[in-house]
Amino acid sequence: MKTFPVGGVHPPENKITAGTAIKHLPLPASVAIPVSQHIGEPAVVEVNKGDTVKTGQVIARSKGFVSTNIHSSVSGKVSKIDTILDSTGFRQTAVFIDTEGDEWLETIDRTDSIPAGIKFSSEEIIKKCLESGIVGLGGATFPSHVKLTVPAGKRCDTLIINGAECEPYLTSDHRLMLEKAREILIGTSILMKALKVNKALIGIENNKPDAISQLSGLAKEFQGITVHSLKVKYPQGAEKQLIKALINREVPSGRLPLDVNAVVHNVGTAFAVYEAVQKNKPLFERVVTITGRSVLNPGNYFVRTGTPVRSLIEAAGGLPEDTGKVISGGPMMGKAIPNIDVPVVKGTSGIVLIPRNESERTVIRPCIRCAKCVAACALNLEPYLLMALSEKNEFERAERERITDCMECGSCSYTCPAGRPLLDYIRLGKATVIKMARKRMSN
Amino acid sequence: MGHTIIITVITLGLLALFAAVILYFIAQKFKVFEDPRIDEVLAVLPAANCGGCGFAGCRNFAEAIVKAEIFEGLNCPVGGAPIMEEAAKIMGKVAPVVDPLVAVLLCNGTPEHRPHTSVYDGVPDCRIAHNLYIGETDCSYGCLGKSDCVRACPFGAMYMNTGTGLPVILDDKCVACGNCVKACPRNLIELRKKAKKDRKIYVACSNCDKGGPARRACKVACIACSKCEKACKFDAITIVNNLAYIDATKCTFCRKCVTECPTNSILEINFPPRKPAVETEVEVVKVNPDV
Repeated sequence: MKTFPVGGVHPPENKITAGTAIKHLPLPASVAIPVSQHIGEPAVVEVNKGDTVKTGQVIARSKGFVSTNIHSSVSGKVSKIDTILDSTGFRQTAVFIDTEGDEWLETIDRTDSIPAGIKFSSEEIIKKCLESGIVGLGGATFPSHVKLTVPAGKRCDTLIINGAECEPYLTSDHRLMLEKAREILIGTSILMKALKVNKALIGIENNKPDAISQLSGLAKEFQGITVHSLKVKYPQGAEKQLIKALINREVPSGRLPLDVNAVVHNVGTAFAVYEAVQKNKPLFERVVTITGRSVLNPGNYFVRTGTPVRSLIEAAGGLPEDTGKVISGGPMMGKAIPNIDVPVVKGTSGIVLIPRNESERTVIRPCIRCAKCVAACALNLEPYLLMALSEKNEFERAERERITDCMECGSCSYTCPAGRPLLDYIRLGKATVIKMARKRMSN
Repeated sequence: MGHTIIITVITLGLLALFAAVILYFIAQKFKVFEDPRIDEVLAVLPAANCGGCGFAGCRNFAEAIVKAEIFEGLNCPVGGAPIMEEAAKIMGKVAPVVDPLVAVLLCNGTPEHRPHTSVYDGVPDCRIAHNLYIGETDCSYGCLGKSDCVRACPFGAMYMNTGTGLPVILDDKCVACGNCVKACPRNLIELRKKAKKDRKIYVACSNCDKGGPARRACKVACIACSKCEKACKFDAITIVNNLAYIDATKCTFCRKCVTECPTNSILEINFPPRKPAVETEVEVVKVNPDV
């Protein structure tokens, strides 16, 4: 069984919603669509207060190369352009739209047909990804057109599609692979064409045998696509770990997958690319898992971007009384949201309601030098050291200890028997080091 | 038996003498000359090693004083003028007069002014909270209340007021070393010129948002209405980045701006109570400096 060789942890899977089919969430009365739902420059708002917009219409246009378009997810009237607290925990500019029905742009193909033939060139596909606002739907929300543009001097020979979904609780990718298998495979072929590669590997953790058999059965019809099962181990779905597991190449410290001639995209992104290219449908809805042990009706939903988390929770039977934290994303890498009016964005893969007794922080005790964190780190870092350096403001040394390599998977904090907030401090150190490096660059 | 002891003592004694002679010559050969005045200056310094002078510790500062041609830019905020004069006397120079400073907190977001919108149960460290999200209130500029400044103060001049959730600075203990200024990730602490009777007038807000959002986040936020700027006859008030700033070197403590401010974001501290006629209009902030 394939997996990555160093580190990793085994958190309880808790995939409560694995057997629940994806439903469409009813349209909310109003949406708040942040203009920055991706890594990079925020998009520039193109509509004004009082404008009438249709579903799928561009409301904010990309600015700069690492940026992408934002589309309206409902049809209605723009009520205001204001800031909103979003799932990052900070205030961002957002376009508020009052829903008046659901009138889609005429260019979007809403039929049930699944066209397989790709009639676009590589450049046209990349352009379509930008126009449709496609970003990495695994959670990092990196604009896909940037990832598909192979810079001069670099070469890509393998496309990897990430269906690992190693985060506990989340099942959005799992359900998508079961219900939209053909679409995902067509999307993969489109991505292969855009990257001009003839080999694609789909990696799925073997706790999803139904998805593996479904996809590998269908993959026979597609040239160059193979499906591989992976051992269940967190963080199997991390880019570098997936590359190591599937094609046994190691991405060097501080480099990108493209440096080992590979590109990784999520299954959700492959589906979004399929919709953008074959159906002309921009990215304005995604699958979100709403789950938690005390939730009455946990499930998977197609949710329009900008929908308040509140409506999602209501659809799942309301907020359980013992809720301690509402996490946007998975319990390992997700972030607790400050209130439930936060909008669902392109990167929201799930909403997990954690009961109070599970969400409480443990007492911070002294480090006992057991090195469990070192053993858990999939990137060969020394989390205890990085934490100590960040705590003492020794950021130059932290940089030398490769703090920026950390992908913030949280395995170290998860495994620490002394309950030390390792990742909290590493995140602080990483942010400070990145700021320092930017300052150096600009000088 | 006695014989052995005598031999041992003599042998070791000779060895010690031999080693002492060698060490003496080596010490002479590699002697490093150090200006004796460094130790003299060091003796008058407060030995707090707080770093307020901009040097790593008191000894580095003493070395800098001895090396310096003129005293410009050298100041020990802890000792102030008397200590600098003494150090200058040792060097046979004159110390320039530096105004003593005191730290003030540019935020007045108590729970009643700035209601909590979420609960932070992470690491009690302001830097982490600031890096993570907007904070427990809706103000992304205000005090996070996790005591980084209090921990940074080497003089015990700060403590956390659990009622307001804000740090309190004790004027009589604060020496303006600036450690709290560096510790605050939101840059909420300013070193201001100390005035007679510890009187202070300053804008206790750092919110750079426009009026509307600032007011929604906090009742006593500066909304940059520029009323104070117009009221000030001494050009001490400027508005930059949606925030009023009172220049302590120009301020004459006339208190006009305090009465003008519609959000009570300008604080007047250690002033006698106003005449009753005025007091009906303005809420005077009472601060007890001896807590």
